[in-house]
Amino acid sequence: MSAQQPVLQLKNLTRVHGSGATEVHALRGIDLAVYPGELVAVMGPSGSGKSTLLTIAGGLDSPTSGEVIVEDTDITKVGIKELAALRRRSIGYVFQDYNLIPALTAAENVALPRELDGTPARKARVEALAALEEMSLGHLADRFPDEMSGGQQQRVAIARALVGDRRLVLADEPTGALDSETGESVLALLRTRCDAGAAGVLVTHEPRFAAWADRVVFLRDGAIVDQTVRSEADSLLSGRVAEA
Amino acid sequence: MSIRHGLLALLERGPRYGSQLRTEFESRTGSTWPLNVGQVYTTLSRLERDGMVAQGGEDGAGHTLYTITDDGRAELRAWFEKPVDRTSPARDELAIKLAMAVGAPNVDIRDVIQSQRRHTVKAMQDYTRLKAQALLAVESGGARERDDVAWLLVLEQLIFQTEAEARWLDHCESRLIRLSATARSAPDAPDAQSEPDAPAAGAPAPAPAPVARAGARTDRP
Repeated sequence: MSAQQPVLQLKNLTRVHGSGATEVHALRGIDLAVYPGELVAVMGPSGSGKSTLLTIAGGLDSPTSGEVIVEDTDITKVGIKELAALRRRSIGYVFQDYNLIPALTAAENVALPRELDGTPARKARVEALAALEEMSLGHLADRFPDEMSGGQQQRVAIARALVGDRRLVLADEPTGALDSETGESVLALLRTRCDAGAAGVLVTHEPRFAAWADRVVFLRDGAIVDQTVRSEADSLLSGRVAEA
Repeated sequence: MSIRHGLLALLERGPRYGSQLRTEFESRTGSTWPLNVGQVYTTLSRLERDGMVAQGGEDGAGHTLYTITDDGRAELRAWFEKPVDRTSPARDELAIKLAMAVGAPNVDIRDVIQSQRRHTVKAMQDYTRLKAQALLAVESGGARERDDVAWLLVLEQLIFQTEAEARWLDHCESRLIRLSATARSAPDAPDAQSEPDAPAAGAPAPAPAPVARAGARTDRP
């Protein structure tokens, strides 16, 4: 895995809100690299900087100092137009409340970032349908968001995040509005997409959802204090796995 | 752990020999609680002594087969009907360790909590990976489906248990932070030498001073 280039690299990232007596250090020197095929979960108590980290990684907020390298570009150093293009082409974002556009069908929602990026409508639709199909969501293509359950909407949002060549998905509490069974299915989909080569960062305060990740990073007061890496599955409860 | 009842449950589905029982037990529980064949035979001979199983001939390969008796069936039914006792909790090393870490000199309880949290979350990651495989196996159906479902249930129990532990650790940490914040905001918070019930202005329940100190090193409320 380490032979590959990371899809996302955060280097010595800091973010300070306010100044003087009221200044708050939301992030203090974060270093993190996420590789293709890897799902990283970020956990920490509220106020530990999880969401700030994700919004900066997604170009929705700027760091006070440090670098955010997506594929090969430091997105903190590019102009507003180029950043918007990078966000369309390289970064998928999944929100707690799905954020699908209500007036568009699932397929149109997924096609939108491609169309905005200049892909002809017909081609964008083909790509969108392929993305939905690949995630077993083809039957939802012509439904509007209000005709889908929360879990279905969130899965469509993941398809939108990864349509085209995008291979970085940033998910901010994507299960926050879902019951635990549906939440699991959303995580299972995210897991499958990462197994297929995407890089994912998942912010969650739920250990059960974080446990789908390859790596869990613990944030405390804006700094990474610890992390875990899963074992190779066959080193655990080995009798059964060897047999499976 | 009830190997006894596990074996009775397998024998209810038909006569089995010893190592076959071991294999079936493990494929249902995913070798989570490995059995050795010696334990199986010891248990079988006790069950036989108690009249719950009987030896019933041999299979083609010359293995001695065991059969469940009516008493064995009654015992098994009673086991399924009776809840597992939770009123006298087993000794839990982690709970004891944290209880001892409160106020212990030279121990930062938050370090104890974090190192356990790392371990627990890692175990959850591993179980979850196995669960994803088990789910695939169940969805694809097949001859071993019943075993796969049983294994999935066992894995999910492990996940729920570790999840409860991870949540409890989060809870312990935030409680300690709250208590140490309360202690610090009280202007005359008593120190370790004071009477435990010394009144503290503005702080109805000051934390024991050692906890406050442990927390105060690193946290911001």
